[in-house]
Amino acid sequence: MHESLLIYRNMRYLKWSLALVAIACGLYIFHTPIEEPNGGTWLGYTLGTIAAGIMFWLSWYGARKRSYGGATGRLEDWASAHVYLGLALVFISTLHSGFQYGLNIHTLLYVLMMIVVISGVFGLYFYMRFPRLLAENRRGLTTDMMLNQIADLDRDLRKHALSLGDESAHIVLNAVQNTRIGGNISRQLSGKDVDCPTSAARRFVEQFEGGHDESTRRQLVTRLTKKEDLLGRVRKDIKLRCLLQIWLFVHVPFTFATLAALIAHVIVVFYYW
Amino acid sequence: MADRLKVAIVGSGPAGLSASAHAASLRLPHVLLERTDHASDTIYKYQKGKFVMATPDILPLRSDLSFRAGKREKILDDWDEGLASCGGRIRYNADVTRIAKEGDTFHLTLAGGDTLKAENVVMAIGLQGNINKLRCDGAELPIVQYQLDDPNEYEAETIVVIGAGDAAIENAVALSKQNAVIIVNRRAEFARAKQGNLSLIHSAIDKGDIQCYYESSPLLVDASGITLETADGEAHVSCDRIIARLGASPPRKFVEACGIEFPSDDRAALPEVSPRYESNIPGLYIIGALGGYPLIKQAMNQGYEVIEYIAGNDIAPADEPLLVDKFAAMGEVNVNEVLQAIRKTIPVFASLNTLLLREAMLDSQVHDFKEGQTIFKRNDYSDTFFTIFVGQVGIQISAEDPSMVVTLREGEFFGEMGLISGRRRSATVVAATDCVVFETPRRTMLKLIQSVESVKRTLDKTSILRQIQTYLTPGVPAQDLEELVESAEIQNFKAGETIFEQGDIGNHMHLIRSGSCTVSMKIGGRDVVLSYVPSGNYIGEMALLSEMPRSATVRAAHNTETICLSGEAFSAVLNNNATVRDNIEAKFRERIKQNEQMEGRPEAGNVIQFLIEQGVGEGTDVLLINEALCIHCDNCEKACAETHDGLSRLDREAGPSFASIHVPTSCRHCEHPHCMSDCPPDAIHRAPDGEVFIDDSCIGCGNCESNCPYKVIQMASPPESKFDLFGWLLFGRGPGPGEEVAYEAEVKRNSRFNGSDSAQGGVIKKAVKCDMCKELVGGASCVRACPTGAAARVSPEEFMTLATLSR
Repeated sequence: MHESLLIYRNMRYLKWSLALVAIACGLYIFHTPIEEPNGGTWLGYTLGTIAAGIMFWLSWYGARKRSYGGATGRLEDWASAHVYLGLALVFISTLHSGFQYGLNIHTLLYVLMMIVVISGVFGLYFYMRFPRLLAENRRGLTTDMMLNQIADLDRDLRKHALSLGDESAHIVLNAVQNTRIGGNISRQLSGKDVDCPTSAARRFVEQFEGGHDESTRRQLVTRLTKKEDLLGRVRKDIKLRCLLQIWLFVHVPFTFATLAALIAHVIVVFYYW
Repeated sequence: MADRLKVAIVGSGPAGLSASAHAASLRLPHVLLERTDHASDTIYKYQKGKFVMATPDILPLRSDLSFRAGKREKILDDWDEGLASCGGRIRYNADVTRIAKEGDTFHLTLAGGDTLKAENVVMAIGLQGNINKLRCDGAELPIVQYQLDDPNEYEAETIVVIGAGDAAIENAVALSKQNAVIIVNRRAEFARAKQGNLSLIHSAIDKGDIQCYYESSPLLVDASGITLETADGEAHVSCDRIIARLGASPPRKFVEACGIEFPSDDRAALPEVSPRYESNIPGLYIIGALGGYPLIKQAMNQGYEVIEYIAGNDIAPADEPLLVDKFAAMGEVNVNEVLQAIRKTIPVFASLNTLLLREAMLDSQVHDFKEGQTIFKRNDYSDTFFTIFVGQVGIQISAEDPSMVVTLREGEFFGEMGLISGRRRSATVVAATDCVVFETPRRTMLKLIQSVESVKRTLDKTSILRQIQTYLTPGVPAQDLEELVESAEIQNFKAGETIFEQGDIGNHMHLIRSGSCTVSMKIGGRDVVLSYVPSGNYIGEMALLSEMPRSATVRAAHNTETICLSGEAFSAVLNNNATVRDNIEAKFRERIKQNEQMEGRPEAGNVIQFLIEQGVGEGTDVLLINEALCIHCDNCEKACAETHDGLSRLDREAGPSFASIHVPTSCRHCEHPHCMSDCPPDAIHRAPDGEVFIDDSCIGCGNCESNCPYKVIQMASPPESKFDLFGWLLFGRGPGPGEEVAYEAEVKRNSRFNGSDSAQGGVIKKAVKCDMCKELVGGASCVRACPTGAAARVSPEEFMTLATLSR
């Protein structure tokens, strides 16, 4: 019923990709070109054509993902095949290159492609691991529900702050007003805030001594601790969701760069035939 | 007797008005008596601007007055004008208090003492009755009102609403948007209201939008407010306005006082009338809602017809040509003769009166099947009911062997199992000879089952035998089951109700006929769910076979109907049928084994428990998201929106989760859909593949939205047309970026959305819900668009098994 894309359809696409890689490796081993192995032999052209075909097909995933309704079949088929064929591409294109690298457009293409594949592997790892972490962190709540709970706590804190002395009130109100969630990429990815005003307020209130109403202190500590816990969870939630997307900022632009380099590679090869 | 009228018509609703108009055009001396100072009081009291429908669409209107779907005001004006131009005589403020017949003359006494004499009386008083007023001092003060036209008329007032019914709740909630509202409930809870209104009022009270006085009743009303008697003593509430919605007393008492008999003491019972709408008192006719015809168009037709009958003309009812068309499949036939023949041949319909039978036939389809033609297939998801008028059909009772056929003859029925259980067809049915078969829709049948006792009885008797044969003792002939069927009793259980308890002595078993159950066991002081048992299965056989006390507790997962069978009779059947005994014992051993496995896996039981609590048990196709796979890309929602005019019918994130299974807010396509239960235009249907969908005839009343316990139906405005960049850039089509949609385009869009007959421009929000993308090949787009396999549509009986859950 629920099947991860790695084991989808009894790993049909893994099997196909393995077969493709095995055939390519077999041919490469038994192929004895006149000169050294090279993209220009019949095998080189064959592997190159296959690799280029796979690259275009893999890039088409972005369009397929967004063609709802009209398309037939399940997107998971595409995703599963995308993963395994993408990994197979590493082998095919390496064999196509005949292990010849240099400072040229051809190696640039290879490097760009490897960046895309490696970022994809990261993405795959994130996709396999983070959903469970996200669910565990949320414990049945949604992000909005957590934010609402924080807002409720803030309202209470504000009310309690009214009965405090100036300094304490300032620190508690600071926790209400200046606690930040999210922000720029690095803040999102860090998943925490070392200077979190809420934590500071909690520490401060915990050390209240004399002159304060004990029950108010307890109430404040309870709420601030609760808020701290929620903040921790929301920040972790944001971090994980950020990671689930951020690899795409490498994967997608480099895909287009790879396609451009691929076209250049093909033109150059035929121009200097 | 010069002052004796030919006919006195009591009540000026659609039926009475139409009768009066026709009496005027036939020049019969008549009078129309209306209690209030305006005609059609019920419709008059509809909310301002309410859109009134003209259903059933196929029925032609036969009246001297005009009537088309439209705004309340327009309809009322048309009728007033129409009546005046025909010369109809209406007398306002004429409250009839007594009707008595002396000889061949009716004497009508009005409040105030006036009397009238008439040869015939047409009673068209409807069911609304007299509105109940406050029974305390000050009930007539201007601060008190008994109806609410337009809640938006009032703002920044303090308003006390008295009552706990649907009307009170709807008024209170609508008023609370702009006013401070206090609702007064005589009881400790809101018990009488519809589910949707219940949740509305509870959430409004919880949020503090409405203040509620429970267990309180009005003591005294004065100009400044109201004094209540509460559980804690008297309380005075100052307010600007008091709205009392205390229901109405049904007109039954008055009707009975006129000598008219009711067939039963049931509160909903209506008096019986002849095909010519005549009651048990000759000359006294009953039409409209009181005669069982609550729809405006039907009532108006009856008004016309009853005057024709009184004038001595024998006219055919307005639906005659429709029935002639219906029966055309049988060749040239006389409608009345066919109806007679139907009653004679088909026992289920034998006791229907002519009006009900005509209506049932109008709703039904007449099929003329040729020998060998398939009527429906096993696992089809249709829910209609079939009766055989001519010929024979064969039921293929075995999925493997199509040659195992049970033959049904003229007068018998089939398809009732799908109707009762709300599940897929359990067998394929093929025409055994050329035959004529009536196919009656689910809604019509449910109405008949509810209102005509003998239909229910006939249906139950046969269906019990068939269900036992299908699910419990396949292959055992009917005569061997007589004793068992005799012992059978249909029992109903509400959600969560216990069917039997662990440790009880068991001397009967249950066959689940609709709904489903959970089996649970006390382990370490805690209830652990062992399995989910859908309809078509039996429970309680273990205690009978092992002769030990019940080994587990069985509860209804949601509203459930079982056939309760006596243990002795069942044992007798088993003793005479070795194969059946072997089968049941094999299943018995299988269950013991499964229970043992489940005891060791309490987490699987907890998942079942969780899903049952979310109402998944009554679904047939439920979207479940595996949180361990979901990457929160929302591609499912996007796909849903893309396939449904830009509006997603699915909210992925909303909804509860447990053990990494998330139940998003999305339609479950229930076995007995709650949304279907109260749809005035009958716009909600089940497609052959099981999808519950809403068709274009939706009128936007919102009943389904409030009846759905899972909040998966939304009321939506017509879709915005998509911005077409190239069309605008190259050809100037449509509004440019940021420009307003042109007025004409807007009107066109609305009329397309709202259907041709209501193209007056006003936007009506219509109900939208998941239809499982039934228009698309390949199934629901939410699941198809999920890249990681996190979204799956499952049927509960497949999902809630050990095999699936232990993976």
